[in-house]
Amino acid sequence: MSAVRAWLLTDIPQSRGQAQCQRFFLAWLVFRKNGSAVAGLAIVAALVAGALLAPWITGSAGVTPDLGDRLRAPGLPHWFGTDELGRDIFDRVMWGSRITLYIVGLVSVIVVPVGLAIGVVAGYVGGWVDSALMRLTDVFLAFPRLILALAFVAALGPGLENAVLAIALTSWSPYARIARAEALTLRQSDFILAARSQGIPHLRIIVSHVAPMCISSVVVRLTLDMAGIILTAAGLGFLGLGAQPPTPEWGAMIALGREYLLDQWWVPAFPGLAILVVSLGFNLLGDGLRDVLDPKSRD
Amino acid sequence: MIGSQLQQGRSSLLGHVPRRIAGTALSLVLTFVGLTAVTFVIARVMPADPVLAIVGDRAHQDVYDAVYRELGLDQPLLVQYLRYLGQLFAGDLGVSIMTAQPVLDDLLRFFPATLELATVATLLGVFAGVPLGVLAAVRQGRWADHLVRVVGLFGYSVPVFWLGMLALFVFYAKLGWVAGPGRIDIFYEGMVEPVTGLILVDSALAREWDIFRNAIGHLVLPSAILGIHSFAYLARMTRHFMLEQLGQEYILTARVKGVPERTVIWRHAFRNVLVQLITIVGLTYASLLEGSVLTETVFAWPGIGQYITSSLFNNDMNAVLGGTIVVGTCFVAINMGSDLLYRLVDPRVR
Repeated sequence: MSAVRAWLLTDIPQSRGQAQCQRFFLAWLVFRKNGSAVAGLAIVAALVAGALLAPWITGSAGVTPDLGDRLRAPGLPHWFGTDELGRDIFDRVMWGSRITLYIVGLVSVIVVPVGLAIGVVAGYVGGWVDSALMRLTDVFLAFPRLILALAFVAALGPGLENAVLAIALTSWSPYARIARAEALTLRQSDFILAARSQGIPHLRIIVSHVAPMCISSVVVRLTLDMAGIILTAAGLGFLGLGAQPPTPEWGAMIALGREYLLDQWWVPAFPGLAILVVSLGFNLLGDGLRDVLDPKSRD
Repeated sequence: MIGSQLQQGRSSLLGHVPRRIAGTALSLVLTFVGLTAVTFVIARVMPADPVLAIVGDRAHQDVYDAVYRELGLDQPLLVQYLRYLGQLFAGDLGVSIMTAQPVLDDLLRFFPATLELATVATLLGVFAGVPLGVLAAVRQGRWADHLVRVVGLFGYSVPVFWLGMLALFVFYAKLGWVAGPGRIDIFYEGMVEPVTGLILVDSALAREWDIFRNAIGHLVLPSAILGIHSFAYLARMTRHFMLEQLGQEYILTARVKGVPERTVIWRHAFRNVLVQLITIVGLTYASLLEGSVLTETVFAWPGIGQYITSSLFNNDMNAVLGGTIVVGTCFVAINMGSDLLYRLVDPRVR
């Protein structure tokens, strides 16, 4: 253990790999001191674990009705009680974590490359390309997101994928802004000049020298945006425009549980609590990551 | 010599303002073009066959062709888009299938409810969030600071529609402290002459204080729920801006000179923060206007959000897109307006 630690903390790294590992380890040492950030990481880790282990920690897939067991109060064997069709709410919340992760993952996979590409190209190339791309970004930045997402879903039809697409279409612009700001300062730096003077093509400079440097700020912003993405997706689900029943999507579960609130509070309460906790986790983690990766913005 | 320099400086200073305004106006126009382009694409391009959507699949070929030409679908896309813009500027948003009324009339009827809700929510957020933010900055690390952090995290993480349901359950069903869903008790429905469409204003104008009180009872819960987000955001940003100002040298100078702490905070630091807050308040107001969709659904609030969602389920695209354009335009206009105000007020940006 101490040998590993010494290897990670040595003053003179012997290889590029070691230097990389050291960087991560030092960041972790800073991150570890931040209690709330660690709590956030734990929540996100629990979400991932719940999604991965859902088949083993749940008793059912949470979709088959069992009308003999309707609306049971929380207790054993149904921790969170059962819903109006006798499905175990704990099981449904656990399977729902897969859907949440799926939404979050899919939105990131669309939003980050698009934002990064537009921002880095704008910042690196400059001139009229920059003005044009940034005008476009400003237009999308000024759009009302929820309403536009509603309009998109209206046109494409309700469904999980369409909800994700609608969210992604309206939320890539901040990443382009961030990536552009980073690329703008990088463009002037010596190592880019060195790369250019060696005759490396612009495309390769953009992809392998500029873009990787922008990723950390983008990741911080993405983590902070996760809660917003989850809440929007849940909102669309609540309105009946996202995942359709019997899919155990948390927002849709709240919508179904709405009429049971007065007498069987647990039906809508637990899915909402799950959304709250997971969003909180991402927010805490994002704040912590920002402190580690971007000490300038700390107040 | 110095005088002429000053003169020069002043003239370029004054020359800047119109240019800034022109810049803001340009981005306003661009954003509006972008917004309408998106709604145009949704309305005319995305449905596989917009003609079929109107005439149905059993229509005669002649009818089909007539409608095809009527919609201008034989024209190039750009011409179609310009025609669409022309219709918008004439206030023609089409006819709603659901209410069989012009969409614009419907929106004018539903919009005041949303406006009332969002305005009260923003005011709650401002009057609670800003003082708390100042307190948190002044007493950094003390309870007010922690409160701002906790409330902020909660406000950013909680699903409003869920919180609204729980609040309705606790404060209406269990405790009976507030009135239930809707804008007003059915008993009072239609008793006030709608002048502005804002029930609070209308009932006050008519001196119907019972109705006024009833409307407040209905408004207080949804606006508080909707306002939580703005409260969290405003408190956090106020704290951030205040800390920024309190670290400046002019504050140190004032303190060294023996200016009372109260004056330092409110007269010196807060004045500068106030300017920055304009943009933030504008942003929150705009986001609450569009964000009220979910709150309106939970509280059966007859606003524009409810109108859009219920039209959505009836495949009433004219109504959905009309609502999108109206809310979108307000959103963009408020954002740009606060940006402009900020530029005009802050001498450094000028």
